[in-house]
Amino acid sequence: MAAAETEACRSLPLALSGDRNVAINRSANAAPAKPRRRHPGPVRIWHWLNLWFLIVMLMSGLQIFNAHPALYWGSASDFDAPWLEMYAIRDSEGGILGQTALGPWTFDTTGVLGYSQVGERGAVRGFPAWSTLPSYQFLSMGRLWHFFFAWLFAGAGALFVLYALFSGHLKRDLWLSGPEWRGLGRDLLGHLRFRFPSGSGYNGLQKLSYLGVLLVALPLMVVTGLCMSPTFNAAAPWLLDLFGGRQSARSIHFLVAAALVLFFVVHIAMVLLSGPWRQVRDMMTGGRRETSASSQRRHDDDTA
Amino acid sequence: MTRRSDDSVARSTRRRFLQRAALGAATLGLAGCDRLSQNERVIGTLSLAETLNLRVQRFLAGARGMAPEYPASMIDAPFRPNGSTDPQASRYRELAANDFAEWRLSVDGLVETPLSLSLAELRALPARTQITRHDCVEGWSAIGQWQGPVLADLLDRAGVRDEARYVVFHCMDQLGDEDFYYESLDLAEARHPQTILAYSLNGETLPVANGAPLRLRAERQLGYKMAKYLSGITLVTDFDAIGGGRGGYWEDRGYTWYAGI
Repeated sequence: MAAAETEACRSLPLALSGDRNVAINRSANAAPAKPRRRHPGPVRIWHWLNLWFLIVMLMSGLQIFNAHPALYWGSASDFDAPWLEMYAIRDSEGGILGQTALGPWTFDTTGVLGYSQVGERGAVRGFPAWSTLPSYQFLSMGRLWHFFFAWLFAGAGALFVLYALFSGHLKRDLWLSGPEWRGLGRDLLGHLRFRFPSGSGYNGLQKLSYLGVLLVALPLMVVTGLCMSPTFNAAAPWLLDLFGGRQSARSIHFLVAAALVLFFVVHIAMVLLSGPWRQVRDMMTGGRRETSASSQRRHDDDTA
Repeated sequence: MTRRSDDSVARSTRRRFLQRAALGAATLGLAGCDRLSQNERVIGTLSLAETLNLRVQRFLAGARGMAPEYPASMIDAPFRPNGSTDPQASRYRELAANDFAEWRLSVDGLVETPLSLSLAELRALPARTQITRHDCVEGWSAIGQWQGPVLADLLDRAGVRDEARYVVFHCMDQLGDEDFYYESLDLAEARHPQTILAYSLNGETLPVANGAPLRLRAERQLGYKMAKYLSGITLVTDFDAIGGGRGGYWEDRGYTWYAGI
C-alpha cells in the first residue's frame, strides 16, 4: 500500500502537465526493463476515492429524494401524475403497505420502498433506512453531506478527466479501436454467455462502459444536479431548457444515479468472475501489464 | 434422525448467527454514519461548502442574473401551499377577520426613515408582476404569478444605512411550536430585481394558505426563504440576537442560510 501511494503521488502531478508526461512516457517506452503498470497511479487513486464519494453521494441523495419521493417531467410538479412515486396505504386489516407506482403500474414494496422499518418502528418513507445518510429522516443533514461531497466528487472527476486526456490514458486504454467498435455485438453476446475476453487491457464493451461512466454519466450527474439549483438556473437558464425543466432535470439525475448503481453491480460481478483477489490487488498496487503469454498462463490457472 | 436434527439445529443456529452478524455490521456502519451526522465538528466541516456554494453561485449568476419566467399557460392553480397554511396566532386571527384593514408593514432597524405601510399604500406603489417557479427544498416545484412592489424600491424609500448587511423578515405565523417564523436575505439578494413583496397570486388577492396579506418572493432561492404572513422588515448588521441566531426559522433547525441550491 505504501509503495502504491508513493507511486501514485509521483504520477499525480503529471495529470496537470501534458508535455512532461509525454516525455516520461517516451522514456518509459525506451526502457523495456520497466514494464508499464496495469493501472497507473492516478487511476487507482481516483478509483478508490470515487468509490467513497459515490457512496456518500448516493446515500445522501436518497435521503434528499425521500423528502418528496415522487418524480415528474417538465418544469413544475404535476402532483396528480408523477411517473414514479413511493407511498403507503392501509390494507383492509389496518396494516400498512408500502407502494411504488411506476407509470401505470403499482407494486407492493412493503419493507423496502414506501414503508419500511427504522430501528424498531415502521415508517412511511421512500427508500429504506439502510440506504440513506443519515439513516433516519433528516433532510438538512442529507443536504450538507451531498453538497460537501459534490465538490470533492466533481473536483476529483474533473482532474481525472484532464489526466485521462493529457496522459494518453483515454486514447491508449479507453478509446475503442475500429475493430473494437465493430466487435461490440459479439462482445455483448460473449459477456451474456459468461465468456470474457482474457487479453491484456480492457475489452471493447468494458471500454465503452468506462467511457460512458466517465464522459457521460458522471458529468450528467453534476449538470442535472446543478440544474435543480434556482440560483444556478439564473446563471444558465439554457441548460435548464436543455433538460426540459427542473423536474425533468431531477428525474434525469435520479435515472443516471440508477444507471450508476447498475454499473456498480455489474462491475462488482465482473471483478468476482475474473479473479477478484488479483483484480483488487492490482487496483491497489498497480499490478503488471501482462504479455500475452502471462495472460494465457493466468487464464489456465483460473480455469484449473 | 437425531443426528440430522442436530445438524439442522446447528445449521439454523449458524444461519441465525450469520444473519445477526450481518445485521450487526450493517447497523454498526449506519450507526457510525448517524453518529458522524451528530458530531459538531463533522457538521462544521460539511457546512464549509455553504460559503463556497454562495460565492461560486453568486459569481456565476451575477447580482442581476434573472430567474426563469414562464408563460401564463404554465401557471399551476391552485398553487400548492407549504409550511403554515392557516396561522392560529391571535394577532393574525384578528387582522384576518377584518381583511387586514388594520395590518401594517413596518420597515425599521438600520434605515434613515422607518416606514409603516398599510396594504392600500403598498398596492399604490409601482408593482412588478412575474410568473416564476417556486422550488421547495423537498424537491417539488410549482409555477405561479406574483405581484407586488420590488423590495429594492421599498429599501430605497426607507434609506438603508451603510452599516446594514441583512434584511430580516418577521412573520405572524408560528410553525409547530411557540417560535414565530422569520427569514433573512443579504442586501445583494434583497436588491435583486425579482425580489418582491407579493400581495397577489395568480391575479387574485394572496390567499391565507399562501401567506396573506403579504409574502416575500426571492426567485433565486428555495421556498423556505420566502417568508409568508409578513409583519415587518428590519435592517441589521447581523442576526445573532434574533431567534436562534442563524438567520431563519429553518436555519435555526439545521438548514443552510444560503438557499440558492
